[in-house]
Amino acid sequence: MFKNLMSWIEYRLPFMDKMNLHVMQYPAPKNFNFWYFFGSLAMLVLVNQILTGIWLTMNYEPSADGAFASVEYIMRDVDYGWLLRYMHSTGASAFFVVVYLHMLRGMMYGSYQKPRELLWIFGMLIFLVLMAEAFMGYLLPWGQMSFWGAQVIISIFGVIPGIGEDLTLWIRGDYVISGATLNRFFALHVIALPLVLVILVFLHIMALHEVGSNNPDGIDIKKDNDGSVVQTEADKKFTFHQYFTRGGKKVIVDAIPFHPYYTVKDLVGVAGFLLIFAWVIFFLPEGGGYFLEPPNFEAANPLKTPAHIAPVWYFTPFYAILRAVPDQLFGAIFMFLAIIALALLPWIDRGSVRSMRYRSGLHTANLINFCISFVALGVLGVLPAEGIYTLLAQIFSFTYFGFFILLWFYSKNEKTKPLPVRLT
Amino acid sequence: MSNAPVDHGRRRFLTIATSVVGGVGAVGAAVPFVASWMPSEKAKQAGAAVSADISKLEPGQLIRVEWRGKPVWIVKRPQAMLDELATHEDKLRDPASEVEQQPAYAQNRHRSKKPEIFVAVGICTHLGCSPTYIANDFAAQVEGVSSGFFCPCHGSKFDMAGRVFQSVPAPSNLQIPPYMFIDDNTIVIGEDEGTV
Repeated sequence: MFKNLMSWIEYRLPFMDKMNLHVMQYPAPKNFNFWYFFGSLAMLVLVNQILTGIWLTMNYEPSADGAFASVEYIMRDVDYGWLLRYMHSTGASAFFVVVYLHMLRGMMYGSYQKPRELLWIFGMLIFLVLMAEAFMGYLLPWGQMSFWGAQVIISIFGVIPGIGEDLTLWIRGDYVISGATLNRFFALHVIALPLVLVILVFLHIMALHEVGSNNPDGIDIKKDNDGSVVQTEADKKFTFHQYFTRGGKKVIVDAIPFHPYYTVKDLVGVAGFLLIFAWVIFFLPEGGGYFLEPPNFEAANPLKTPAHIAPVWYFTPFYAILRAVPDQLFGAIFMFLAIIALALLPWIDRGSVRSMRYRSGLHTANLINFCISFVALGVLGVLPAEGIYTLLAQIFSFTYFGFFILLWFYSKNEKTKPLPVRLT
Repeated sequence: MSNAPVDHGRRRFLTIATSVVGGVGAVGAAVPFVASWMPSEKAKQAGAAVSADISKLEPGQLIRVEWRGKPVWIVKRPQAMLDELATHEDKLRDPASEVEQQPAYAQNRHRSKKPEIFVAVGICTHLGCSPTYIANDFAAQVEGVSSGFFCPCHGSKFDMAGRVFQSVPAPSNLQIPPYMFIDDNTIVIGEDEGTV
């Protein structure tokens, strides 16, 4: 009876077949390390944000008069409102932590290289939408830093010659940040951008499953079936969806099915993540003033600028680049270039060896240079732009872009190590 | 079903024509969505320019006008005040008003259209307090300068052209709003010849 029902459904909507294709019979390289936790963790945080976000809207009031008070109401009077709010605000920072680590993983193992360029582009689009989502969400509590942070960020668009002034007016819907701005940001934050985000995540995963997961060795696990590939006993143990063997044209080696092997492994990652996440929520919900900034505990006041305006930590690397350039327009251009350069990585890197394990020492050093520059810019972005800090921000902006320029030059004829035939 | 051969030219024309008409429709449909983001009539009303009658303004007197929720000062400076502007420029942070805190027509020593009439947003560029106008006893703040603006919150000092003195917390000169004179006695704040 049940079996009949299942086959009745399967005939009309091949659900089990798709589950096999993407989960139970999806071939994943057997050598994933902890760096591969962050993709599934990003999905977990997305679910957390959507769920807590929906619950927050039940008590939040999107208006200039009521927003700040309604957040206080959630924090003090709503049962577990404080927990939902801290889960959401900590989740925002956690989102960027896992996404930045996820991106670094892709850079270390060359996961952006052919044929995964489109996958990387979708990832960068997710990153962009995530930044917009976080920025708009930060205005909603209507605190001092919400207001003045938005003021600073929106005025960046004002430097575009000709249309800048009108564009900022259009974004704000008023001559200053006002209730009109708050309401439209609320609409975009809770409906429009989450929808786009979910669609992009879907496309990201579809693109991933088409080309297959990369791995720390950066070599393919789907080999051409030309008779030279010998499957080991372990390889023959698993059945993978026939889609991946392309009707016998490909042989899959050194792979394990995503479920149960990586679902269980990811659960370990989830447990570790939740341990840290819960610790922050319960003992450090303001993140030392970096997740929720102190001026934001005061209601927005258009007539009083906080002593020092700094964006939330996850924007500071790009904010530091913006401020490092003395000219406003060029500052904004370089800030956007910093993101565009990342998106163009598949074409800037002209090498064919993916993983840094088998690339030159120069490449490893360059990756370390990138990490140091990024973190240093992040630190400088929180500090006031004065004296030595400005100079340092200029130096690290230079080394940040230097990563891409160097990479373009040496990757063409890089001295790489021999690649292994099978995963190590 | 007809067995007539496929007319590719006709098919292409119809495809293009449909796409163009549909595209125009899509652009048209986008108009209300884009336009609804512009400031509403209510916001425009609240942000509209204000006019002030300056016929009764005495030399040395300051009046306040509210524009977009901010206090705007109008001061009639006597010749002595204007002469003094040139004497203390070595003590100023930005004497030539190089930071864009004013429309182009106010980028001069007196930072105004008419030398005697000074118009500025009366909000300290440090943290947004409103400085106090000191007409005669400013020498207690800056030696050798007889009038200026002093911010009681954190001690920022500005001269009679709203230019900030050195070693005070405020980073830049006072902001000059766009303004124009309708006639000798009426000034409009928030609009100038360039915006109307």
